[in-house]
Amino acid sequence: MIEWDQVTFWYHGQPEPVLADITLSIGEGELVLFAGQTGAGKSTLLGTVNGLVPHFTGGHLDGVVSVAGIPTHSRPPREFAHLVGVVGQDPLAGFVTDTVEEELAYGMEQLGVSPQVMRRRVEETLDLLGIAELRRRALRTLSGGQQQRVAVGSVLTMHPKVLVLDEPTSALDPTAAEDVLATLARLVHDLGTTVLMAEHRMERVVPFADRVVYVPGDGTVVDGVPEQVLRTMPVVPPIVELGRLARWDPLPLSVRDARRAATPLRADLGPAPRRTQPLTGPPVLSGSGVVVRYGPAVAVRGVDLDLRAGEVLAMMGRNGSGKSSLLWALQGSGPRQGGTVRVGGVDPKQLSSAKARELVGLVPQTASDLLYLETVSGECAAADAESGAEPGACRALLDRLAPGIDPARHPRDLSEGQRLALVLAVQLSAAPRVMLLDEPTRGLDYPAKAALGAMIAALTAEGRSVVVATHDVEFVATIADRVVVLAEGEIVSDGPTAEVLGGSPAFATQVAKILGAEWLTVADVAAALPQGTR
Amino acid sequence: MGGARTTYFLPRDLHPGAWWLWALGLAVAASRTTNPWLLLTILAVVGYVVVARRTDAPWAMAFRLYLVLGAVIVFFRVFFRLVFGGAEGSTIVLRLPEIPLPEWAAGIRLLGDVSAESLLGGFYDGLRLATMVVCLGAANALANPKRLLKAMPSALYEAGTAVIVALSVFPQLAESALRVRRARKLRGGTGDKRFHALRAIVIPVLADALDRSLRLAASMDSRGYGRAGTVRARTRLITGALMVVGLIGVCVGVYATLDGTTPRFLAAPVLIGGLVVALIGFRAAGARVHRSRYRPGRWSLAEIVVAASGVGVAVVLFATSSVDPTNLNPSLIVLSWPMLSWPPLAGVLLGVLPAFLSPPPEPPFAAALDVPGPQIEKVPA
Repeated sequence: MIEWDQVTFWYHGQPEPVLADITLSIGEGELVLFAGQTGAGKSTLLGTVNGLVPHFTGGHLDGVVSVAGIPTHSRPPREFAHLVGVVGQDPLAGFVTDTVEEELAYGMEQLGVSPQVMRRRVEETLDLLGIAELRRRALRTLSGGQQQRVAVGSVLTMHPKVLVLDEPTSALDPTAAEDVLATLARLVHDLGTTVLMAEHRMERVVPFADRVVYVPGDGTVVDGVPEQVLRTMPVVPPIVELGRLARWDPLPLSVRDARRAATPLRADLGPAPRRTQPLTGPPVLSGSGVVVRYGPAVAVRGVDLDLRAGEVLAMMGRNGSGKSSLLWALQGSGPRQGGTVRVGGVDPKQLSSAKARELVGLVPQTASDLLYLETVSGECAAADAESGAEPGACRALLDRLAPGIDPARHPRDLSEGQRLALVLAVQLSAAPRVMLLDEPTRGLDYPAKAALGAMIAALTAEGRSVVVATHDVEFVATIADRVVVLAEGEIVSDGPTAEVLGGSPAFATQVAKILGAEWLTVADVAAALPQGTR
Repeated sequence: MGGARTTYFLPRDLHPGAWWLWALGLAVAASRTTNPWLLLTILAVVGYVVVARRTDAPWAMAFRLYLVLGAVIVFFRVFFRLVFGGAEGSTIVLRLPEIPLPEWAAGIRLLGDVSAESLLGGFYDGLRLATMVVCLGAANALANPKRLLKAMPSALYEAGTAVIVALSVFPQLAESALRVRRARKLRGGTGDKRFHALRAIVIPVLADALDRSLRLAASMDSRGYGRAGTVRARTRLITGALMVVGLIGVCVGVYATLDGTTPRFLAAPVLIGGLVVALIGFRAAGARVHRSRYRPGRWSLAEIVVAASGVGVAVVLFATSSVDPTNLNPSLIVLSWPMLSWPPLAGVLLGVLPAFLSPPPEPPFAAALDVPGPQIEKVPA
């Protein structure tokens, strides 16, 4: 279906090729997972499929990429619209029209499909993706998962042979992500569509994948069946890590297979890890009866929340459950219609924004909103001036969080993880006791997440408290002391990480699903294994 | 017959062109008269139909903005008569001290005596303009502007898409400006200079907008936008010239028709000629486009009724203006209560028919009543 024949690709002005002499062939009806770190070239490789690379991005491509026998250099990407459907990371940015139905029809209008056929295909696609009740809704009012399904639908109506998805679930909560992935698996089964997908959170996709193409970042690719590729890949989902640790063969890829293989491991395991006792002491931040509303819609309904020194609190809940609104209200910059917030005896809302950020720092969902200068050193200097810290303070913080960032680089050219570190350093230069992070794991790969975990550990070691709003269960399991789950603006569960995550199937980590609620991470298991079996 | 009647009144969105014709008809009628009673009747008719047939969509809610704009227009017309001399006429109602102006400003008068005739003239004039503006506002409220763009001839498809995309950029810009401004507060950046603060908002917003438009362009390209755009340069030139010449003809024709003082040969003949040339151009350009349209707007009986009622109003006022011009343009020389005669009033009342004789609009989010509302989480304003 898709052939890469000795493909080499350079971006202009880059000394090293992103793709070097790649020969790869993907058959009809396969679901292929593209794995690799951010910036390794996954998106570039996927972009070559319909010719967006290099027709749209620029750069130089040697070799031939062909789809269904048609080489991509022979015509522009738009002439591949009926063959290749592309869905990006941020569905909203790719929408052309403003209602669901029109968006589904847009591609067909370009192809000149006759009105009767269009009408029929729109109805079929609405049913296939389970979005029939949304047909007349405005795209902007949909939730992330719904938007992503509309984006998939909008290319499916053109009946493409190949579907290319670049991190389709990175912005979604676990349930919405499952929905989208289940839909994709169904497409492969029912329609025989070839699906190429890049995804950071591999644990969700691996069970469905026929093949894995690993892009290590040196221009080459490693291609093979999942068991084989995952055995050697440096970054893998927890289930594979556990399988390697226990030397399971064949490597189980789904939780169900792993559970069957795990019986001997359970016998070998020592006692379950002792969890740290809940922290006591006076709260650093305490909110009671916090209410946030936008007109008639209530975002946060009278939430009580205490945060102790040195504590890492994870805030979970589906998109729209009030996490962001609560964080903004706690910081004092967001609206708050009722209740009190006290940080060291003061309400941050009463203070000027410069004073408030010395008490509570917040890194918003789109962290880059805080950056506006051309260089990293410029941002650091501005942060020092804003916080009244001595010059160089922000840079010192940044070097501790993410060492070795070139001060002359433009903040927009940094990787997601580095940019997050820069914003965190900017906010930390005011030396707040409490740091709130809104969805920091979005778009981070495994190494970047591990680095973020280390940053958070460094903050708590200094006695600061951290609140992280996130969907990433595995991340929460490794860093958090305590978890609160929000639904419809209320706290529905609040307790130590092991209790909250282990006690609910929706939030259980892969390891907990395999070995039981008391085991959360691979590190737990490794620590409990007797020396001989390790 | 009963079946036909029930399907006629089934809720649906009318072709946007029908509402625009109706509103333009009323606006043209308003342009023919300065009689305040007639103008107020037109306003009442327009308001009634809008309230009866609009949806809850955001563009429909903008109607009240047009009403405010109308009021502002009337106010300023009267206010300017007050400031820049309004002494035409004999009934002086207000004596203000005149402010002497230097030589080079001769011909302009500041303040001074104000006559009732001049104020009234300003009021009539302003009311006429305001009524026309409100009529256009009504068209905007009743017909989704984006659907109107979709209903354009396929030759203008590309331009239409560009406009639609541009329109959707503004809410996005506003949203990201709001987001960045809030984020700015998190950095505590209020103490620095104005320019600095402005830059801190403008740079991230523009960077964001640029990113979005690049992604949108990539998405449109991979979804086949502009696939059929391969027309030879020569044919494109000819069709382009035909369309431009035709449209100029239409503009001249419309102007001449509305302005009674221009020579008559510039009116109907040029208008019709321009229309024909433009249509030929559109057809030639549209014939090369291999594109189809999803659920195109249909013209059925209801559309004809709506459009005819608007056009009818205009026709009646044109007809009565040649028979009985005095009541349409009340005299400003002799102050008197403006009179109202039956024919034009009945004509204007024709315009209210769509409120009863058109199917009600489909509720835009009717199917969405049982699903969760908009995501407020993302934008805690």
